[in-house]
Amino acid sequence: MKIIRFQLNGKWVEVEIEENMTLLDLLRRKLHITSVKRGCERGECGVCTVLLDDKPVYSCLTPALKAEGRSVITVEYLSKNGKLHPIQEAFIKSGAVQCGFCTPAFILTTYALLKENKNPSEEDIKRFFDGIICRCTGYVKIIEAVKIASELCNQS
Amino acid sequence: MALFYQIPKLNYHKPKNLNEALKLLKELGDAKPIAGGTDLMVDMKIGRVKTRNLIDISDLREIRKIEFHKDSIIIGAAVTLQEIINNERIRREIPILVEAAENLGSWQIRNVATIGGNICNASPAADMAPPLLILNSKLKLSSINGDRVIPLEKFFKGPRQTELMVDELLTEIVVPKESCNAGMKFIKIGRRRAHTLSIVAVAVAVRTMEDKIEYVRIALNSIAPTPIRAYKTEEELIGSRVNEVEGKVKKLIEEIKPISDVRASAEYRREMAVKITIDALKMSIENWRCKEK
Repeated sequence: MKIIRFQLNGKWVEVEIEENMTLLDLLRRKLHITSVKRGCERGECGVCTVLLDDKPVYSCLTPALKAEGRSVITVEYLSKNGKLHPIQEAFIKSGAVQCGFCTPAFILTTYALLKENKNPSEEDIKRFFDGIICRCTGYVKIIEAVKIASELCNQS
Repeated sequence: MALFYQIPKLNYHKPKNLNEALKLLKELGDAKPIAGGTDLMVDMKIGRVKTRNLIDISDLREIRKIEFHKDSIIIGAAVTLQEIINNERIRREIPILVEAAENLGSWQIRNVATIGGNICNASPAADMAPPLLILNSKLKLSSINGDRVIPLEKFFKGPRQTELMVDELLTEIVVPKESCNAGMKFIKIGRRRAHTLSIVAVAVAVRTMEDKIEYVRIALNSIAPTPIRAYKTEEELIGSRVNEVEGKVKKLIEEIKPISDVRASAEYRREMAVKITIDALKMSIENWRCKEK
């Protein structure tokens, strides 16, 4: 067992964990953040995506201890005081949510992408989204949502 | 408590510097270095790799550098693929590395997966291997007892088997500057375009003089137990005219040994290997001509 200290959605947390634990299990089982989904568990499907120091990574392939001293962001970080983030608004507006299983991963990846590139082209979006599978195959609406999100974020 | 995958109990070590890491590697004996972990974590989950000790090398400053020297470019083993893609000078001086990195895994993978990890995992389908092979890259292998430098083509011993001793760590990849002076091209065929393993991939480097091939390097993955250089085909091509390359590349069939697996049949691999090698050669020749102007 080891004690790990890291920033979860902007707040420092301290947890005692097994050294073989993945970041996915730390978030879901220890901290009960179930927006981070358990999918293929081997880095193929992308629904376990979180932001580690603002970069999207697969939490299923990340040893929990890699988070030591760093920032982990899940989709809970985005809405503030009951008000949705423009990216979340955009996903609702374009109807990009079907079953919703992949939605947290896509929203977090959009957040990271728009930080790097304020006006991504459709090609950029496709390239940066290559690591998440939408089970409902609703990619057209998801890509549309990112375009709307980039407009909304640039306005505010 | 039923989980699909559970990694067996282990100790997770986080050394502060390279020396400490090498010391641990020697002392523990059975430890596995972990950088991005994108291959290793899967291997531990499915039981292909068993270890009691992980040594996290991903933050070691000594192996995270990219250095541009007069005769060589040194890439630290723990440099991530995304860092290679984002590095303006690599993009300019060794664009073939960027091409290969951009086609590897997904954004999530590239953010943590390292160039050293891709080589040390020694998958027959390693995407960074063909470009590094045609660049005549050398590897620096370090242990607490000292360093040794070997050519990359001597490193792969079989599927997931390498020249590395248990107490050794790949620390640097050295690309000779003169190897960058060529027309190059990387082509990969997968089951789909994004986030896919290679069915076959090829990297080519070429220099021509008066329409004759004067220098050529060809390397492929997924058509043999390890990524390989196509020495016989290279030999066949030297001195031939640029409009003769198509016929000469037929020789490639004699020196590759593809297998059938879930991704493709051996026959398909054999045919595609020849096809994309011809394409990559033609594009490399074109790239060299543009470079010479």
